[in-house]
Amino acid sequence: MEEDKKTERRDFIFTASYALGAVGVGAVVWPLIDQMNPDASVKALASTEVDISGVEKGQSITVLWRGKPVFIRRRTEEEIIKAKNVKLEDLPHPETDEDRAKNPEWLVMLGVCTHLGCVPLGDKGEYGGWFCPCHGSHYDTSGRIRKGPAPTNMEIPKYEFVNSNTIKIG
Amino acid sequence: MSDHEYTPKSKFGKWFNDRLPLLTLSNHLTEYPTPKNLNYWWTFGGILTFCLITQIVTGLILAMHYVASADLAFGSVEHIMRDVNYGWLMRYVHANGASMFFLAVYIHIFRALYYGSYKAPREMIWIIGMIIYFLMMATAFMGYVLPWGQMSFWGATVITNLFSAIPFVGESITNWLWGGYAVDNPTLTRFYSLHYLFPFLIFGLVILHIWALHVPGNNNPIGIDIKKPSKDTVPFHPYIVIKDLFALLIFLIIFAFFVFYSPNILGHADNYIEANPLVTPAHIVPEWYLLPFYAILRSVPDKLFGVIAMFAAIFVLVILPWLDTSKVRSAIFRPLYKQFYWFLVADVLILGYVGAMPAEGLYLLVARVATAYYFLHFLVILPILGAKEKTLDVPLSLTEPILGGVPNEAILRKKKEI
Repeated sequence: MEEDKKTERRDFIFTASYALGAVGVGAVVWPLIDQMNPDASVKALASTEVDISGVEKGQSITVLWRGKPVFIRRRTEEEIIKAKNVKLEDLPHPETDEDRAKNPEWLVMLGVCTHLGCVPLGDKGEYGGWFCPCHGSHYDTSGRIRKGPAPTNMEIPKYEFVNSNTIKIG
Repeated sequence: MSDHEYTPKSKFGKWFNDRLPLLTLSNHLTEYPTPKNLNYWWTFGGILTFCLITQIVTGLILAMHYVASADLAFGSVEHIMRDVNYGWLMRYVHANGASMFFLAVYIHIFRALYYGSYKAPREMIWIIGMIIYFLMMATAFMGYVLPWGQMSFWGATVITNLFSAIPFVGESITNWLWGGYAVDNPTLTRFYSLHYLFPFLIFGLVILHIWALHVPGNNNPIGIDIKKPSKDTVPFHPYIVIKDLFALLIFLIIFAFFVFYSPNILGHADNYIEANPLVTPAHIVPEWYLLPFYAILRSVPDKLFGVIAMFAAIFVLVILPWLDTSKVRSAIFRPLYKQFYWFLVADVLILGYVGAMPAEGLYLLVARVATAYYFLHFLVILPILGAKEKTLDVPLSLTEPILGGVPNEAILRKKKEI
């Protein structure tokens, strides 16, 4: 009986030591892992302002934001109508054009294919929008995925119109 | 470490070896009993050791001149090519050396598949080998990123994006891998650090691979267990050493042909354009040795399942010793397996070919059929074959088929009992 008690006491000490050891190892390992996450200088580049005064209807510009291309397209009436007339049930990732373009004339989105990160080509593909040459994803005039391996629509970053000629991304 | 004892001849040797048994270890490279019927397919272990050392030595030299920085990397590679004495030679040997390394490793792996070298008691050799193979792919991929050309950049983008397919944590993982929100300078510097580290991990695993090999000893073309040392074995030195060296010379002729006559034929012209995050090249292809897996990735129309299929294609090889249930090792005595083996070789070559082609139309269809067959071979055909196949009679010793079955009385008696 006495021996049993001793064993239990030992067990407790062992378990407590292992647990404390695990916490200690975890605390030491975390900085070694976290150092690989985006650093302060990368995060500091989180927003960028773009002058859009020179962009005519039907033209696009591409700017670099956080190391990724952002497409800013001034869409034509035809493109806007085409984007608005799509039925939601035809979309693999249903989103209305109104949700994607606050101002229908301006489409601002990350020019990154949601499949494996290539940059899609403009004015191409079966839906008159973008086409990714890497693995054949087709996007419509609202940047929504219509055909191919990409799982979702091209992402819309956080942006706002600072004034009628300037967009702030991020 | 093995079943044969070794005592150094000289007095000093004995004194030294009693304190640090290095000579016992090196004895493993001299008197180590080796099956006497090993053919030239068995020379690729030595060739691969040579390849690893070549990559480490040339890599070490390139690291003295290369600058790991998104702004300077591309220029520093051109500096190595044009300014550094023999820099062009070091870089071409290193770049083509990677291809030669994979050529040799594929032959080595397919030799193991043909002669059943992965079967008991050699499962650990096989599993360690597969880990080495996986590390080789990771190392080669990261090395290809370092010149910071267009293929480097977009290859890195596509491969790291594979991890974004993981549900919920995919984006955090890719940002962690990149050290940012896209492939950029932090990605390049960490790839450089790991590209330097991994070859030494591979080196350590190669030692374990050889250690695990020296426990049961080599498999052989007949695939039977042999007594060691015996009339069925020869000492590793000089018999196998000379044979390996001769094969290495032939291999070096091919190696030198690539280095000196067509150093860029295995590369891609787009990698001589500096990385540009705004423009993706029209047709992204990985290096040739990754093409079969790339074809499997693209043949599945779903992002997550494509990634799973690609990793499963490697994992299925790891568990192969338990998927192949046949007790007979060598394909020589397995008439059906022999045929399926060549189907598999053809299947992998087809996957490699369609992996280099655009993923559309007929190519996509062929890729899908070939992917399905790849998994069918390992997961269905091999387990069934082990139970159903009628194998041929396996000889009792290596000498038996040559001398007409009377190598010694004991074996003859044993055969009668059977």
